[in-house]
Amino acid sequence: MIKIINLTKNFGELEVLKGIDFEIAKGEKIVVIGASGSGKSTLLRCLNLLEIPSGGEIYLDGEMINDNKNNINAFRQKMGMVFQNFNLFPHLTVIQNIMLAPVQLKLETKEEAEKTAMDLLKKIGLEEKANEHPNMLSGGQKQRIAIVRALAMKPEVMLFDEPTSALDPEMVGEVLALMKDLAVGGMTMVVVTHEMGFAKEVATKVIFMDEGKIAEVNTPNEFFNNPQHPRLKTFLSNIL
Amino acid sequence: MFEKIGEFFVGIWEAFTKATAGPFSELLIEGLGTTLLIAVASCIIGIIIGLLVTLIKVAPKNNIFMKILGWLANTYTTLMRGTPVVVQLFISYFIIFNFLVPMGLKVVVAIIVFSLNSGAYVSEILRGGLMGVDKGQMEASRSLGLSWTQSMRMVIVPQGLKSSIPSLFNEFIALVKETAIVGMVGIMDLTNSAEIIAGQIFTATAPYLIIAAIYLVIVVGLEQVQKKLEKKFSKGDRV
Repeated sequence: MIKIINLTKNFGELEVLKGIDFEIAKGEKIVVIGASGSGKSTLLRCLNLLEIPSGGEIYLDGEMINDNKNNINAFRQKMGMVFQNFNLFPHLTVIQNIMLAPVQLKLETKEEAEKTAMDLLKKIGLEEKANEHPNMLSGGQKQRIAIVRALAMKPEVMLFDEPTSALDPEMVGEVLALMKDLAVGGMTMVVVTHEMGFAKEVATKVIFMDEGKIAEVNTPNEFFNNPQHPRLKTFLSNIL
Repeated sequence: MFEKIGEFFVGIWEAFTKATAGPFSELLIEGLGTTLLIAVASCIIGIIIGLLVTLIKVAPKNNIFMKILGWLANTYTTLMRGTPVVVQLFISYFIIFNFLVPMGLKVVVAIIVFSLNSGAYVSEILRGGLMGVDKGQMEASRSLGLSWTQSMRMVIVPQGLKSSIPSLFNEFIALVKETAIVGMVGIMDLTNSAEIIAGQIFTATAPYLIIAAIYLVIVVGLEQVQKKLEKKFSKGDRV
């Protein structure tokens, strides 16, 4: 579904990604871990071109994303993204946040979008917040709404960039629970996170990034119980 | 002592009566009309110019056409902010738009000058407002598949506009008062009408106090509009 070939990214002199090769099949849940500065967020942000790759190729369903001739907006519609800082639109109500893209992009009429949005809100038990502005929500509620906003576009892949890092500890659970539901529902997911429990439980593959390269890829069981790469061994012993 | 004070107030009262006698009050009203016409028209046109120039300034410069437009926008801003508005008025009145004067369109010249001048300031105010919007907002909007233009219109501009309101009203208030220079090219605005009345009744106090009060009332009115707008936009503010 997603194919990455020799992906590189420089910020000026700084080489952040030094040649990434990876493939993601439909329905896989990829968890990316690594120290800060290892390039994991940049890798994720390259997938929907929030960062423009310096070199290499990224394919979604066989079409090259980072080809200037292709319409990036069309690709982004197929890839939902959830950010560390939620990035809900503060001037819009919850339901307007969710309806904005489907209506603006004429994928749904206003009535259809409203119904979709309410159905999604009901699923996460926040339907009574539909007409509130985001400032009235807790962090966990904000992030769940942000996830739902991405889902309203009916994406093929969901990208998560440290979705629980800005949350108070007691709110991490509700967001992870929603992500697990999504995973169980068959969504293809790429998740950058520090939540090792989530990685163990949900991931089909775990990637360890180190200095702009993929240092190790494995199933969660092998990854955590039998790490090979010395940097991964150190990393795991530091955090577990 | 009390007599003196009494005389003083009677004197002022007489002066005010004189200054607002029949033809003079008509002159003041005509002047007020002209001042309002120039200020309101320039304000509206200035907002439109300012918004367009801002969008050009913040748009991605990924082709030569946008680069040229961007350069033009910056040059325009520098020229308008770099020269006194009086000088701009004179240049427009005596040179560039001189052909409008014999057609009886002096006021149009003034509107052109103040629109262009205000547009430059508005464009910088709005640019500041747009840059103040968290960059995660644009990223979130683009990640949903919205184009740059759609993201600007639906997400960035509404938020940037809101934080620009205080500075924008600063500019509008300054604009109203700056129009007082149009008398220098013979336009009968509020200030000019006071000058003429003062010349005819041989005292300046009453006419100038009257127009000072009128300007003040206009500005207080603008402040009320500002408060209303800020309240209207305050939904979604952090608490």
